[in-house]
Amino acid sequence: MKTIPPNEQSRTRMSPLGYPSNLLAPGTTYEQVNETIGSIVLKNRQPAPWWIGFVVAFGLLMIFFFAISWLLLRGVGVWGINIPVAWGFAIVNFVWWIGIGHAGTFISAILLLLFQHWRTAINRFAEAMTLFAVACAGLFPLLHLGRPWVFYWLLPYPDTMGVWPQFRSPLVWDVFAVSTYLLVSIMFWFLGLLPDLATVRDRAKKNWQKKFYGVLALGWRNSAAHWQRHQIAYLLLAGLATPLVLSVHSVVSLDFAVAQLPGWHSTIFPPYFVAGAIYSGFAMVLNIVIPVRKIYHLEALITERYLNNMANVMFATGLMVGYGYFIEAFMSWYSGDIFEEYMMMNRAFGPYGWIFWGLMLCNVIVPQALWSARIRRNPLTLFIVAFFINVGMWVERFVIVITSLHRDFVPSSWGMFFPTIWDWATLFGSVGLFLTLLFLFVRFFPMISISEERELVAEPAKANAP
Amino acid sequence: MNDEVLYGLAAEFETHEQLVRAAEESYAHGFRKMDGYAPFPVDGLAEALGKKNHIPLLVLLGGILGGSSAYFMEWFANVVSYPINIGGRPLHSWPAFIPITFELTVLGAALTAFFGSLVLNGLPHPYHPMFNLPEFERASQDRFFLCIEARDPQFDAIKTREFLQTLVPIQVSEVAR
Repeated sequence: MKTIPPNEQSRTRMSPLGYPSNLLAPGTTYEQVNETIGSIVLKNRQPAPWWIGFVVAFGLLMIFFFAISWLLLRGVGVWGINIPVAWGFAIVNFVWWIGIGHAGTFISAILLLLFQHWRTAINRFAEAMTLFAVACAGLFPLLHLGRPWVFYWLLPYPDTMGVWPQFRSPLVWDVFAVSTYLLVSIMFWFLGLLPDLATVRDRAKKNWQKKFYGVLALGWRNSAAHWQRHQIAYLLLAGLATPLVLSVHSVVSLDFAVAQLPGWHSTIFPPYFVAGAIYSGFAMVLNIVIPVRKIYHLEALITERYLNNMANVMFATGLMVGYGYFIEAFMSWYSGDIFEEYMMMNRAFGPYGWIFWGLMLCNVIVPQALWSARIRRNPLTLFIVAFFINVGMWVERFVIVITSLHRDFVPSSWGMFFPTIWDWATLFGSVGLFLTLLFLFVRFFPMISISEERELVAEPAKANAP
Repeated sequence: MNDEVLYGLAAEFETHEQLVRAAEESYAHGFRKMDGYAPFPVDGLAEALGKKNHIPLLVLLGGILGGSSAYFMEWFANVVSYPINIGGRPLHSWPAFIPITFELTVLGAALTAFFGSLVLNGLPHPYHPMFNLPEFERASQDRFFLCIEARDPQFDAIKTREFLQTLVPIQVSEVAR
């Protein structure tokens, strides 16, 4: 059976509002879906872009290991952090990565509960992205500890020192929020993957593939009783993940907001952080999905409607983030507090002012291009806008962490922060870790939910609802 | 094939509508020990087969257990075992204990949903008689099966086969144990 030819999908249908409306190319069969997604995993040969991307990602991963080794040998002094800027790149990267993770849960859980069928072709992908982004995120606070090998002191256990974590501290809440998030993301991802592992097991021709996927599929046999429990457990996990995803970035924002520091001490932080997280997460999904769709010829499954809808959500959350920037500036003036006022002036016109204006360019000005339907629907322009947003969201966290810390109340305690080569090596190295895991995922696991795609085939009315 | 080695009789269908109709008719005919197999969750199939589901209750209990033990842990650690006076605030400062209580409620419920669904489904379960059926590979791809098991009190190798034939399947096959 042949895969679906890419030109099939160009016959895009339009909804009354002028949006592309089909989630599946017309006339798709079960076998086409199985073959299109399954063959990527079962075929041995990967396309050249996969190899090029994997080599680059793996190289960056080696840089990451090198940077971590150096850090463990020499301590956190190899980074540019100092007093007053004690939270440098490590915390910037942590917040950036954990924010990226949020789109995965948003797509897979919140859109599932809202019966948005346009999540089907992208949810697996987005969940995997969440997992890897949270794994990257989790490393940074641990590395920032200075003595990462005693990380378990963060956990409550009856130790011989007779001390307990201080549960009134947001930093301890963070430990629980992030580790719960990681565990729930793994379970949600694996539960969704289980039926597809069985499909791949049953289609496998080579012995190692039969064994590998056979073990992972745990003996799943598609029985009605299995599906019933699976579906209710999946739905409940989605329901649990929904408040969880909102809580995680809220807790992260409380790490800042509970402190007294001007620029951090603000009640808008939790909603503004959550909007920013979904914003950057959708940007990352687009930055990954657009090339993958092209390389593996998945245009028939990841239709234009997906790209358009993702662009819409990204744009809406982007406007919320822009509102957050405005309110921060407004409140610093309206509060009448000289430290707040100075913080804002320093942020925009101080030594790091050019970074602030770069942030405005990336996160507020460039995304205005998304008002145009032509830009939203063209994969290339959408990719470029999403890339700006990803950079912009990293810069936003830099502005929040560093420009707030470097000048607080007393001018005698002011200072500057300059990243070292090891700061950059850990940042780009973590990108390498993320991409390496993602490339391996695309190679070894079905990157689109095959069983959910089959549901769309069985009920075309769902797939083509405007 | 004699009854000792026979697991059941499996009818194969082309569409999920046919499978649901077959399941309803078999249930009406009095069969209980049976299962349907489909490559995606078919609405109403489990109900037609009379399958019950206890996951939601278990998940609720898991969540309550997770949340209450989290709150107890925080209270015990910060009030009883290791009290520290921070700025004169009360030791039992309950609002600060809520975030972790919430997180562990979610964790307890999620662990129960995940492991509960696997355990109740009997997974991991590497060997199952249904895998003896050569066509069964397609249950995870594009075919729909209904298997009436030999342990059903109404089961009779000949009469049950005749009954399954009335449901107009593609074919009816014996499944070895």
